[in-house]
Amino acid sequence: MATAKKVSFKLNGKPVEVTVEPRELLIHSLRERLAHTGPHIGCETSHCGACTVDLNEMSVKACTVLTVQCEGAEITTIEGLEQGGALHALQQAFHEEHGLQCGYCTPGMITRAYRLLKENPNPSEQDIRSGISGNLCRCTGYQNIVKAVQSAAKKLAAAG
Amino acid sequence: MIPAGFDYHAPRSVADAVKLLGELGPEAKLLAGGHSLLPMMKLRFAEPGHLVDLGRIAELRGISEAGKEIRIGAMTTEHELLRSKLLAEKVPLLVEGAGWIADPQVRYKGTIGGDISHGDPANDQPALMLALEASFVLTGPKGERVVKADGYFLGLYSTQLAEDEILTQIRIPLPAPGSGWSYQKLKRKTGDFATAATAVMLQMKGKSVASVAIALTNAGPTVLKARDAEAYLKGKAIDDASLNEAARLAMKICQPTPDQRGDAEYKVAMCGEMTRRALQAAHARAKG
Repeated sequence: MATAKKVSFKLNGKPVEVTVEPRELLIHSLRERLAHTGPHIGCETSHCGACTVDLNEMSVKACTVLTVQCEGAEITTIEGLEQGGALHALQQAFHEEHGLQCGYCTPGMITRAYRLLKENPNPSEQDIRSGISGNLCRCTGYQNIVKAVQSAAKKLAAAG
Repeated sequence: MIPAGFDYHAPRSVADAVKLLGELGPEAKLLAGGHSLLPMMKLRFAEPGHLVDLGRIAELRGISEAGKEIRIGAMTTEHELLRSKLLAEKVPLLVEGAGWIADPQVRYKGTIGGDISHGDPANDQPALMLALEASFVLTGPKGERVVKADGYFLGLYSTQLAEDEILTQIRIPLPAPGSGWSYQKLKRKTGDFATAATAVMLQMKGKSVASVAIALTNAGPTVLKARDAEAYLKGKAIDDASLNEAARLAMKICQPTPDQRGDAEYKVAMCGEMTRRALQAAHARAKG
């Protein structure tokens, strides 16, 4: 039987430690051991993007990362975007622009958009559409999601 | 979906990784970006007893120019290729190709070395490597050997990489100045593999083709080099007649597997179309 390993990383700025079998996927550690249920399990086959988290400044699908690969990592989930009780500009924009209907894809969508705007603070509509092409939404038709990301980009740029 | 149990190893150097591979034997698999292997393990199509993660080996990452070639560490991600200014200037085909691979999240993790060594004819890097006349550095217990991309791919999931070796570096000769390039890929949706795709590097001399490399993705059990089409085009002008004949010759070597992307006849026809478009686009970019 495989040997369990201790893995330490930062989750939304706080140090955490879990002891896991090597085969445990990050999404399960986050949801079941660390009570961070923001990242959702959708397709489980790295297609839908519902489990997207930010790992060492990369958007990754937490269903296709082993927890043991995350030793020393810095991970941000949707839970880490709100600061001091204030929603992140992206969260506020998704609310204002009605960028969600059922909400299942939203944590992954916002977490992905967070990294997209870090890399490209002034994206064109096409940049946004290709930037979120790894995240599926079955409700909105993406129109209001794109509007929400555009709106958040403007607010973040204005806030400088 | 959770993989079967395995032991995990994270060596810090190529030497340690090679040593581990030797000790663990055929039960061990190399873990690169994990976006082909982990899905296969979750589906229990693969159940290795040991994973040797190459993700902690700093020497396996990075893109540099050395003499007349570009050297890319095997663990360099598709995302890094896409954002490389050096590649955009010197090997733009690789940047264009990387943009067609999977989706943004997968590109942050997926690596050029993993894409190549998986040996899946549906992967995009093999055709890009053939078109660019790349070579691969394979490191094993007896040291390094360098093999050409052309000939590396033996069959479905089968390459020249031996069980005790690691693909450590990709070497790409700098394309001649003024070369045209294109990767044309037909896919049903973001993240899908190619229904058909063609990579082209083209060098013109005046109005005629000085040299051309054409490679086909997902058209057979491995990536295919369209040698007859290449030989035919040499010395010819690029026009409707020569494009039609080159596409016909490329289609002749296709043996695609029918699947949900289409039957064999459709896929062969699309391979012809991608070849035609890739040659046209490369021609438009070539300065001879």
